[in-house]
Amino acid sequence: MIRKLVYITIIGLLLQINAVTAGTEGSEEMSGSDSKTSTNECFEGFSRAMFKFNHALDGALFEPVSKGYRTLPVGLRKGTSNVIGNLRSLLTLSNNILQGDLERAGNTAGRFVINTTVGILGIFDPAANVFGLEARGKEDFGQTIGVWGSNSGCYFVLPILGPTTARDAVGLVGNMFLDPIYQITHNSEINNGVIGNGNYSEHNYYYYRGTGAVDFRAKNIESFDSLEENSIDLYASVKSLYIQNRNKRIANSTSAVETQDDSDWEEIDTN
Amino acid sequence: MKKNFFIIIFLVIGLTQKSFAYSSDPKQFIQEIVDEAKKVLIDTNSKEYKTKKLSEMALRTVDILGIAYYSIGNYRKELNEEQMKEYLTLFEKYFLKSFTSRLTDYSEPKINVISTEVLNPKYTIVKSILLATDKKPEVKIEWRVYTKNPDKPLIRDLIIEGLSLARTQKEEFASVIETNDGDVTKLFITLKEFVTK
Repeated sequence: MIRKLVYITIIGLLLQINAVTAGTEGSEEMSGSDSKTSTNECFEGFSRAMFKFNHALDGALFEPVSKGYRTLPVGLRKGTSNVIGNLRSLLTLSNNILQGDLERAGNTAGRFVINTTVGILGIFDPAANVFGLEARGKEDFGQTIGVWGSNSGCYFVLPILGPTTARDAVGLVGNMFLDPIYQITHNSEINNGVIGNGNYSEHNYYYYRGTGAVDFRAKNIESFDSLEENSIDLYASVKSLYIQNRNKRIANSTSAVETQDDSDWEEIDTN
Repeated sequence: MKKNFFIIIFLVIGLTQKSFAYSSDPKQFIQEIVDEAKKVLIDTNSKEYKTKKLSEMALRTVDILGIAYYSIGNYRKELNEEQMKEYLTLFEKYFLKSFTSRLTDYSEPKINVISTEVLNPKYTIVKSILLATDKKPEVKIEWRVYTKNPDKPLIRDLIIEGLSLARTQKEEFASVIETNDGDVTKLFITLKEFVTK
């Protein structure tokens, strides 16, 4: 039980870094012409305190780990990143289907089959390099609820897990049910007699998610440093990036034009 | 003698202006900026040199005044003339420091300018890709180019992987003001601290 809690804590910390650095998805509220209309806070004082806590943990633990990871050979890091991405695509596939996006679902499924077999358990990416099936972006249940029409709800920062909104917090729970990797690893512990050898036990899930978070953090060390150095209010910067990114992902946008609003700029021209 | 003097003056002015003249075509305009920045950001140049050159480039190619208005949003209506003057002066210093700081860590960045999308007569989005290195993944960068004066395009925003730097800055400014009970002058203090740190 203690070991399980430790795993959950560690993975949570890593995921929070992922969320902070990735910024994320936007919501309809961001399209207003005034910043005052941006996503509301649920409880800002608490969120700012949690943000400081998470940020300190990042500096003490995860940034150093990511810098160490960065010293590994490029090929090893690339292969690791591919394997993690291949496993993560199963959650994307579930959400592609729930969103009714069968074209993307076909692309995701095709990529998974090719990369798991020809690509040797996902180490290589022949789906893109040989068959022309490029990755079309990650999906999660928070995005799916957004596609179904849900507003983002208010914004807050979770201890360890990092920035989120009411909608995305619900999405976090939904992901557990929709992610085949989570289901295989967690159910195997319950039905250990059936699986037999424990190869799929829970901690493997947290290794997988933790490695993914470290890989992501390592790719964005300079970006995060730059953001920190050049922000006059880092909390607000991360919130803005989170909301913008979530909006972009929900819209499956490949262009800024689709998710950025011109009205603010127009206002300047009329003054 | 006098004639020669004027010829030399004209030549100097002509050459100087030519070196600062950018294309009016948004895609070519961004390509020229990228090429110029790449020359500035070579390893052998000192950080001070890079900062100076990038600041000069920004003053010529970025609509700093427009971004200043955008960043403060509707709060600008609360400023009197003197405060606005102070804000604009502070903002320029803040912007140049922030802008150059973000770029000076890059070493000879390889950016491919890909295509353009004309939004309307006033705005064109120029799409480019910062190529991956051993340490960093590929990054999509879109440049919002203000083309109201078609002969002199200016950059108003950088949108990195779909995330607008200008919008992030605007949200940041609003947050500083709102957490200080709507006192805009607190933003000035924060900007001064940033500029002098």
